[in-house]
Amino acid sequence: MITRTSVQNPKELRVVYQETMSALMSELPQVVALDADLVGASGTAKLFRAYADRCINAGISEANMMGMAAGMSLTGKVPFIHTFAPFATRRIFDQLYMAGVYQQANVKIYGSDPGFWALHNGGTHTSMEDIALTRSLPNLTVLAPSDATQFAWCLRKAALTPGCFYIRAGRKAFQDLYDPTSSFELGQAITVDPGHDLVIFAIGEMVSESLKVRDALALEGITAQVVDCFSLKPFDVNGVLAAIQGKRLVVTAENHTKFGGLGSAVAEVMAENALGIPLVRIAVNDRFGEVGTPDYLQKVLGLDAESMLKAIKAKL
Amino acid sequence: MTIQELKLFSAQIRLETAKMLLKRGFGHLGGSFSIVETLSVLYGAVMTIDPQNPSWDQRDRFVLSKGHAGPALYSTLALKGYFPLEWLSTLNDNGTNLPSHPDRLRTPGVDATTGSLGQGISLAVGMAKAFQIDHRPNRVFAIVGDGELNEGQVWEAFQFAAHNRLSNLLIFIDENHKQLDGLTKDIMNPFDVRAKMEAFGFRALRIKGNDEALILQTVTDCLASGQASCIVLDTVKGQGVPYFEQLADNHHIRFANESEAALKAAIETLSAQVAGKDAR
Repeated sequence: MITRTSVQNPKELRVVYQETMSALMSELPQVVALDADLVGASGTAKLFRAYADRCINAGISEANMMGMAAGMSLTGKVPFIHTFAPFATRRIFDQLYMAGVYQQANVKIYGSDPGFWALHNGGTHTSMEDIALTRSLPNLTVLAPSDATQFAWCLRKAALTPGCFYIRAGRKAFQDLYDPTSSFELGQAITVDPGHDLVIFAIGEMVSESLKVRDALALEGITAQVVDCFSLKPFDVNGVLAAIQGKRLVVTAENHTKFGGLGSAVAEVMAENALGIPLVRIAVNDRFGEVGTPDYLQKVLGLDAESMLKAIKAKL
Repeated sequence: MTIQELKLFSAQIRLETAKMLLKRGFGHLGGSFSIVETLSVLYGAVMTIDPQNPSWDQRDRFVLSKGHAGPALYSTLALKGYFPLEWLSTLNDNGTNLPSHPDRLRTPGVDATTGSLGQGISLAVGMAKAFQIDHRPNRVFAIVGDGELNEGQVWEAFQFAAHNRLSNLLIFIDENHKQLDGLTKDIMNPFDVRAKMEAFGFRALRIKGNDEALILQTVTDCLASGQASCIVLDTVKGQGVPYFEQLADNHHIRFANESEAALKAAIETLSAQVAGKDAR
């Protein structure tokens, strides 16, 4: 049951991580948490103090952290590892493959600060390709939650479901979308708002951005259905097809490169089902990141509501 | 097993490995032969295992970080009864349970999937850390190649193991002095591996890697030491068969003409040893 919330009291996602992990570690003795010298940055210092024997600082060695977590899982542990999204994916891709999914290990990865959320860490720390990389691997569940409630649900679901998970989310607060009592399903997209003229498929913080676009279009008498595709793998092919039904434009919105992410996933579904409807992919257009504030970066990368509106109107 | 029985077990492992490589026609002979005596000691006299119950929770774990030596591990496991000896002739066949590099999902007794060098040791360190957290008695044994020391990840894993005082982990470094393209000292000089391990915080020893009695004694001492330990094995690539020990390019061999004849001769000699229960 999924209920939209009318209250805005967004929590930082790193706080949600710490609170959810604390609950999970209290309930499930097999859960362990690893970090690669980002305990302070991920807001888990309290967790690491409370569960000192089950929280492991692997030092600045992400490859070894991933391998160790996989090894621990082979003895029955349920390890959660955290580092920034670029280090959790492109830096340790072979470890994710070999130690993780290839041998069916059971590691849960929180890749934080994806896309422009690298902010003042800049282009070196920006990951715009993590979904493309992770979507390509068998045995890996890939999730991009859009608010605190959904993020907490993803973490809990990962703890209780065998297999490797990659969860990408910022550390800062996302706008609240769902009532805390909401429960989701892997492989099930969520219609956040209905509409008739076009459909916007979005992930992460881009769901809230898409709602701004929806409101702006509504003023002009255009209705847009907004769909949260947080479960990138498994992907809700039927849900996507149903949402496209009767629309004259399909839009995708993601804080990620336009190659291999949500836009590609939707394009694959459309092509395989011979849907001859125009597609607008709101995504990072084959470029790197840079330092800046969220507002600035969103704008220069074309991921803000204004840029989205412009791109959509050009096709309507 | 007694030392004499361990020597016989080594001969059997080397014989079965030679037979499977002859059947396949090619394979990683050099690095498989250099770890035979160590596998013999571990599986013959050290590890707590139950071949009838490969997923037994209380078992010790073994990680072959230098995964290309898979054939030697398969021979050991088959001789211990994890799976029928007949499987050995299927090495690298289409659809086989014995791929060139160990796969824990395919082969009974394989505790970790390895082959991408540098990664197995992290798996082993993670296992040992998990056992340490729960105060479980399980121990973890890992063999890393000396060529594999080129990979940076092994040093990450070593630092973690020593820092966390993983005394339930025993690391072997198979210093057979060669890697695919030639001598380690020519490609990436490892310098004094034992001294490096000591500098990394290990109780580090260097011994001849073809002496079962010495290996067993050293393993026993390390396990009793309560420290994170590393045994550097001074070995020869192709160990145990003079022709292959002297063959310059012996990492991966395609057997033909002289090398095929040498392998067949080795099989005859080893078969006679095993039949006569005279291992050396």
